[in-house]
Amino acid sequence: MNNLIAFFAIFLKDIKTYYLKPPNISWGIIFPFAWAGMFFIRTGGNMMDVMSILLGIMAISILFGTTSMLSVTITFEKKSRTFDRILLSPIPLGLIMFAKTSGAILFGIVNAFVPYLVAGFFVNLSHIHLSIVMAAIVLISIASTFMGLFIATSVSEVFEAQTFSNFFRFPMIFLCGLFFPISKLPLFLRPLSYIMPLTYGVDILHGAINHSSALPYAFDFAVLFLFCAILFYISLYNIKKRWVF
Amino acid sequence: MNILEVYDLTKFYGDFKAVCGITFTVKKGEVFGLLGPNGAGKTTTINMLTGLALPTQGRVVYSGTDYTHNIKKAQHLMGVVPDESNLYPELTGLENLCFCGALYGLKKAERRAKAEFLFEQFGLKDAKDKKFSAYSRGMKRRLTIAAGIIHDPPILFLDEPTTGIDVASARQIRNILKDMNKKGTTIFLTTHYIEEAERLCDRVAFIVEGKIIEVDYVDELIHPVKDRNILILTISGVSDGLEEKLSSILPGFSCKRLSDSDIRIESDRAFRTGHIIRIMEEAGIDVMEAKRMRATLEDVFVEVTGIEAQEMKKEKEKKAQEG
Ligand SMILES: Nc1ncnc2c1ncn2[C@@H]1O[C@H](COP(=O)(O)OP(=O)(O)O)[C@@H](O)[C@H]1O
Ligand SMILES: [Mg+2]
Repeated sequence: MNNLIAFFAIFLKDIKTYYLKPPNISWGIIFPFAWAGMFFIRTGGNMMDVMSILLGIMAISILFGTTSMLSVTITFEKKSRTFDRILLSPIPLGLIMFAKTSGAILFGIVNAFVPYLVAGFFVNLSHIHLSIVMAAIVLISIASTFMGLFIATSVSEVFEAQTFSNFFRFPMIFLCGLFFPISKLPLFLRPLSYIMPLTYGVDILHGAINHSSALPYAFDFAVLFLFCAILFYISLYNIKKRWVF
Repeated sequence: MNILEVYDLTKFYGDFKAVCGITFTVKKGEVFGLLGPNGAGKTTTINMLTGLALPTQGRVVYSGTDYTHNIKKAQHLMGVVPDESNLYPELTGLENLCFCGALYGLKKAERRAKAEFLFEQFGLKDAKDKKFSAYSRGMKRRLTIAAGIIHDPPILFLDEPTTGIDVASARQIRNILKDMNKKGTTIFLTTHYIEEAERLCDRVAFIVEGKIIEVDYVDELIHPVKDRNILILTISGVSDGLEEKLSSILPGFSCKRLSDSDIRIESDRAFRTGHIIRIMEEAGIDVMEAKRMRATLEDVFVEVTGIEAQEMKKEKEKKAQEG
């Protein structure tokens, strides 16, 4: 019970002080439109293309909404010592990290649904497997957020967190199968694609939205789940080793 | 009854020994002070006792249970006030307190009521809806203390509670701490102000370079020196060879130069101030001012550690200026 109260206090405080701030809300709305606009211009503005770009915008919205947001806020809190306040309270470390990440995960999920809802006004989305899309979005959100957590627990300065996030994000966008199918990538880049969680999330979305996934759903989900678990445990280990040392 | 027992507590940072095998106990209901200069290992010790740092070696026992490898399980017993505030600048005072209460599992109505009560008690009622970032240093420190006790911990840790704030706030904080102690909270504080330790603490430990040199009741520590007769003189007109000159005109007295103009004369035997002044003036030393002093914890500290009280302050001020 005590832990539940603490969990919600941390979760709600983060939502209020970070995710519901006007710059973040407008970011969450403008960002998908900006990407959509870019794609439209590139493809000549054909409405039929909505489906093919929807998935990419959803995935990228999550990635941009979570990873650097989480890594920067946690690094900042660690530096300004407010994170110590939480470390000093009798909440298990694992739960602290769930509480700190849950806000970002939710933010990522909401960000992904903005383009989905908007797309719904233009095209018929009834052939999409919504439950699978949901599941994929949740897992992509968790994986991207935990990547932010991993970054936050590996650096000490805010600028390092930013640099490190980009170091992961940009290659991931180009190698995850969003822009080019992985089968069209040069052979030496392909192994890289398969060590990125986003690749598997995007594959699920391809399946659910365009009915063209390369791997079985079960396999994609299992790998994504494994990524989440590994990132979480590395972060837990990092905190124990680097912050309570 | 001991609320805290610490055995052979040690912390290495690489090869550097920040704390070297300290052993002490804190009795339930007392004010215990860890007194030492900058860099002595006070913060490192508090961090190990509260779960922000892992001991390299040693044991930490709260109320008879060994929590060395499981400090998390003891964290509900302690309130912690760090040397720099760790509250959220973007939240109001009230939001900060309620958040801290929630971290310890206080329900909404409960933490709200407790927070209101603390604002009243700490004289911060008018500031409760102000952003924490708009608080003055003294107000920040007070609210940080309030945040540390919102869950009514049996033991409160404070790292340099009055360093870097104005005199009035410092006095207010000392009174708050005395009050809390009267109501039963055990207090563990660190300080580099010797007078503060003397005024506030029942027992003190002198810590220097990571080692505890002496632990005892303040009264016991002062006891052997309290009958000493001390005279502080402000003089003028003498610069070179003053100490030799003094020891030749005042045999049997211990004389020490404190600064360019101040000297300290001490003896186990009683003496009259006028007598000393006369001797000095006859020797051509002008006395501008004379003050009788009673021996304090400072004298004990200087004797035991070999560190001059002046030095402690200087170091700290230098650090404050840099930071
Ligand atoms: N994280 C750290 N890494 C390396 N050395 C440290 C660290 N923290 C403290 N120290 C060193 O340990 C010594 C004791 O520091 P500290 O406990 O902060 O002293 P105090 O609080 O008494 O001023 C100092 O010499 C300090 O430089
Ligand atoms: Mg310190």
